Amino acid sequence: MSGEITAEATEASTSIRTQPSTRARPVPFAVTVIVLAGAVALTFLVSNYHLFQLTMLVGYAVAILGLNIATGYNGQISLGHGAFYAVGAYTAAILMSNFDVPYWATLPIAAIISAIIGFLIGFPALRFTGLYLALTTFALAVAVPQLLKFKGIEDWTGGVQGIVISKPEAPFGLPLNPDQWLYLFSLGVAGLLFLFAWNLIRGRIGRAMMAIRDHALAAEAMGIDLALLKTRTFAVSAMYTGVAGALSAIAVEFVAPDSFTVFVSIFLFVGLVVGGVASITGAIFGAAFIVFIPNIAEQVSKAAPGAIYGVILIAFMYLMPSGVAGLLRRLYHRLVPSSR
Amino acid sequence: MLRRRTLLTGAAAAGLVPAAPAMLRAAETPGVTATEIRIGNTMPYSGPSSAYAVIGKMDAAVFEMANDQGGFAGHKVKFLSYDDAYSPPKTVEQVRRLVEQDQVACLFNTLGTPTNSAIVKYCNAKKVPQLFVSTGAAKWGDYKDHPWTIGWQPTYQTEAQIYAKYILKEKPDGKIGILYQNDDFGKDYVTGMKDVLGDKFAKVMLVSYEVTDPTIDSQAVQLQSAGINVLLTAATPKFAAQMIRKVATMNWKPLQFLTNVSASVGAVIEPAGPQNALGIISSAYLKDPTDPSWDKDSGMNDWRAFMKKHFPDGDLSDSGYVFGYGVTLTMMQVLKQCGSDFSRANIMKQATSLKELEIPVLLPGIKVNTSPTDYRPIRQLQLMKWGGKTWDRFGDIIEGVAA
Repeated sequence: MSGEITAEATEASTSIRTQPSTRARPVPFAVTVIVLAGAVALTFLVSNYHLFQLTMLVGYAVAILGLNIATGYNGQISLGHGAFYAVGAYTAAILMSNFDVPYWATLPIAAIISAIIGFLIGFPALRFTGLYLALTTFALAVAVPQLLKFKGIEDWTGGVQGIVISKPEAPFGLPLNPDQWLYLFSLGVAGLLFLFAWNLIRGRIGRAMMAIRDHALAAEAMGIDLALLKTRTFAVSAMYTGVAGALSAIAVEFVAPDSFTVFVSIFLFVGLVVGGVASITGAIFGAAFIVFIPNIAEQVSKAAPGAIYGVILIAFMYLMPSGVAGLLRRLYHRLVPSSR
Repeated sequence: MLRRRTLLTGAAAAGLVPAAPAMLRAAETPGVTATEIRIGNTMPYSGPSSAYAVIGKMDAAVFEMANDQGGFAGHKVKFLSYDDAYSPPKTVEQVRRLVEQDQVACLFNTLGTPTNSAIVKYCNAKKVPQLFVSTGAAKWGDYKDHPWTIGWQPTYQTEAQIYAKYILKEKPDGKIGILYQNDDFGKDYVTGMKDVLGDKFAKVMLVSYEVTDPTIDSQAVQLQSAGINVLLTAATPKFAAQMIRKVATMNWKPLQFLTNVSASVGAVIEPAGPQNALGIISSAYLKDPTDPSWDKDSGMNDWRAFMKKHFPDGDLSDSGYVFGYGVTLTMMQVLKQCGSDFSRANIMKQATSLKELEIPVLLPGIKVNTSPTDYRPIRQLQLMKWGGKTWDRFGDIIEGVAA
């Protein structure tokens, strides 16, 4: 299992490294534009309920992208990203309800706070590698719902009651309802974050991150400061997931400790693997899996939705061992031989 | 010619007149067609709280029975129950699906305190009745803040009021101490005691614990050394069992009250030691399916026959089935009272005008009552005492104080 992931990851990194050959680029660019235009068009085509689902999807995609930066590109397995998701969500909710900060201004603050916490947790956690790091971060995910109930911060967090916030109206008198506006807003934020991630991964730092993942000792010999780069990667990763949490809190209009159980971390990890490890577009497919598959599982059987979910997950892993993005990439290479 | 035209106009008008209100009605009453009324629900069918899912299955089965008996004013109930895995964001998603996509007339028996907290604002903004939610939190009785949301079971606050009434009667000079879990659940008990004790509440000793605490030993010592001789334990099962055991080992013999959340024999009394729990007082409002005194009870016989038909493999000791049965019978009464007007406003109006409704699985004497200023359908409980092997009910039905 892990062997497959590494093989896939290596394949991904090689293909990314060979990307800059300008011939291959126009097609993905055109595809990106079409997908983005389609996503914007959906604002006016689907119902408010589906827009809410899509807004959640966009949030999860950003969260998985964050997880992917640490796990997929840097090889640091984290089972605790739900904690950063919660930190971002609570930051947004507390700022909106206690300090009357406008929703859009909560995102950069959520980003900074999550990044700082990610950096601090990264320090001791990064002394561990592989499975040990996975367990350390998992402990974080388990602790978060209980920490959120802590009496000392109850005035801010609302304890078990949680915090109810209001969905923002569209600004500048735009003829959009709150669901449409929030979807477009989230899409815009996600678009920026994806672009930023794309540039980060393709650049010098991205190559260093992947070098550490593929062979830490060799990377160090090349002059890469392992501890520094790893903690910074973890901070960026946490920042992404924190922003995603803030977006989701605004969409759901409610945060409570029970919203951020250990399952959030697990689902993000599932989304990461299903979408495609070390793939930027994979985050979107992973998010779609998180949002839609439980509903499908429930439609199949109300008696045992968990079992159906498990079967679907196994089927995905069996049919697409390198995730949805891996499958698409292979199809693309087969259809366009010049891209190899 | 003229005659013919008038005739035509008349005929056209005659055709239009009945059609117009019908169209108007359809627009006004989402979730209702000529033959159907759609009711929505969320339940944790998956995830760690899925033990509660039997309630949703029971709800569906009772509606099915009602449909077989002819439904309500020619309408059959279509009960749409979705999985939210006890996760508030998922509840929001599923409730939006129910309200916006499936266009349900109302929500019924959505389960869980955090999950209902996540949708209460949405339901009230959309004016969708959120009826008989499955949670004991006191806040669902707040008809001023959320007039479209109503609970069903006695609230924790009501339960505490009933203990306080008993204390005032039986041990008015007792030194009262409360051990409570520091959250909504525990604090509702403190509020309930305060409601009844009034001035005397100032002397009550309050000691709290966190769910994250490993034990409550130090709290127990603290209460004992303060000379407390009337103790209310508002704790979830694990801590309740610890407390019962600790009180016994300290050789401390206060008059003990225990939240009925932790009255479970299997989860609390057995681990704490049945002998240690002797004399502890708790309360009930539903007939306990394992209590032999209901063996010949017609209400419980109906329930058992229903179980045999719809859930032949169901666990007859699972009180979730009794709860689901009782709460859905209440909902059926609301639908009956609606007549043929299933508009959201009328559903809410009928849900808040239940008078002296008897539900066969409630203890004899307990009746469901609501009004536009009383959103707590069940306000009565009967006390029970642990006799070493079973809980023995005693005394009259006691009612909590008015809001």
